[in-house]
Amino acid sequence: MKSSLTFHKVIVGLLVIYLLIPLVGTFLFSIAGKWDHTILPESYTMDWYIELFQDERFYDAFRRTLFLIVMSVGLSVVIMLPTIFIITVYFSKWEGLLQAAAMLPYGIPPIVGAVGLIKVYSDGPIQIAGTPWILIGAYFITILPFMYQGIRSSLRTINAVQLVDAAELLGATKFQSFRTVVFPNIISGILVSTLLSVALLFSEFAFANLLVGGRFETIQIYLADKLNSSGHLTSAIVITYYSMILLLTGIVLKLTFRNEKNPVGSNKKRILSFFKKQHCNKNTAIEGEK
Amino acid sequence: MRKIKKQKIYLLALLLPFIMFVIGFEIGPLVAMIKNSFYADDGIQVTIDQYITIFKSKFYLQAIQNSLVISLFSAVTSVIIAVIAAYSITKFSQKIQNRLLMIANMTSNFEGIPLSFSFIILLGNNGLFTLLFSKIGGDVFADFNLYSWTGLILVYIYFQIPLAIMLIYPSYQGIKKQWKEASSLLGGSTLSFWLHIGIPVLLPSIVGTFSILFANSMGAYATAYALVGSNYNLLSLQIASLVASDVALKPQLGSAMGVLLAATMIGAMWFNERMMRRIRRDLR
Repeated sequence: MKSSLTFHKVIVGLLVIYLLIPLVGTFLFSIAGKWDHTILPESYTMDWYIELFQDERFYDAFRRTLFLIVMSVGLSVVIMLPTIFIITVYFSKWEGLLQAAAMLPYGIPPIVGAVGLIKVYSDGPIQIAGTPWILIGAYFITILPFMYQGIRSSLRTINAVQLVDAAELLGATKFQSFRTVVFPNIISGILVSTLLSVALLFSEFAFANLLVGGRFETIQIYLADKLNSSGHLTSAIVITYYSMILLLTGIVLKLTFRNEKNPVGSNKKRILSFFKKQHCNKNTAIEGEK
Repeated sequence: MRKIKKQKIYLLALLLPFIMFVIGFEIGPLVAMIKNSFYADDGIQVTIDQYITIFKSKFYLQAIQNSLVISLFSAVTSVIIAVIAAYSITKFSQKIQNRLLMIANMTSNFEGIPLSFSFIILLGNNGLFTLLFSKIGGDVFADFNLYSWTGLILVYIYFQIPLAIMLIYPSYQGIKKQWKEASSLLGGSTLSFWLHIGIPVLLPSIVGTFSILFANSMGAYATAYALVGSNYNLLSLQIASLVASDVALKPQLGSAMGVLLAATMIGAMWFNERMMRRIRRDLR
């Protein structure tokens, strides 16, 4: 019994080392002065971070990324909240349709999405290919599955339909019942999917590179461009960037933990298992039609 | 009565922005891509030439083959590692289990450009380990080239493992301790327990995870782009250079390849469902 636990310890130890080596390596590289042929750096320095934080291009790229994120996540919240609310409460027969439209982007990789987007927006009435506006549209669709899942499950948890019925029976208008009864109750659920979307968009590269590229340099494009220059400086960027992602996901985990007492099931995982189930249903339907 | 109708119209009007976005950035582009794939290079003539070109060209067939092989290989390896590692994780106390899953969750966010960069500074031409090993005199790594098939596999496996663990881990919760006790009371060994009970119970989740990982790496672009640029022939890299590079733009051909990639992914998911249903039927 004891020897078998040692075996598991070895396995888990190897796994953790394997997973952490790239991260630790990059971190050490970002604070290393001279480091050529020793296991640990010979000297340490903060120069790379100082250089990074004096780089105007870094700030500009960061600002652009923030602009894209605020615009697309903001639009998503403003549009998806009423849409999902209205369909859940008043047009429940269309729920399947909404779900299909909202979950579809999860099955399409950005590389495929970009092909069609370039085609539609490089000629014709709306020519926004190569501008940040096309990215905002693409990002709105990218985060759709996450926003949908988050808002939909929050509405379900609080029994939104019954709440609205009750509020309207008591004389509230539709807007009043949404604003004063439903909205305050789902706000923390929305916060989780919002933060998750922000983290997701921070690391988005495919759309940014294919649709806009160097014309609107986001943080990921900047990083890709710096790959071949000083390794130490790039490590500093990677670590700065990754700390932000960690902070965001850390908050998400804390919030989910508070809401559900289940820190393990991250949203990403839940959405994946949801997708699996979804697929199952869809296929059954297709088979039935035959 | 009229008032209710009027209200419904207002509510429907609120759905318009959503519908516009979905048509403009989701359905519209998809339809445009499929339509575009049936045009000749001039964009006027309707034809299936683009598909014929792909299936006649050794180069493009190789891109598809490379993508399929890398995806299959990395998905199989990651699933195997994840099945073993997730099982080992369940052997620890709840607190440590949560911590380990936290690490998996944390590293699953380390992907794309930053991940490739990390591997480049560790194992690239002038990477830390590369220099270190060559100094120690380990010829084992002399043949290793990060900017090749082996390098891609290594990086793909890295970003697949945490995801695979997070997907497979929960299904171990479904295997009850009592089953093991019952099995051993009836004379079964540990091996026969896993062969006849454990693995069959896990199988749906394993197959499901496999297809998600497969699709995940078929569509992966950023990691490959940062690591091999255009030096390695992959489906996603070819599509990108056909629709958005500075030279040799062939949007129609790119669309056709995009359709093929999407079809492969849908095919993988469909296959997964068939398998899953067959397995479940056996279970009953």
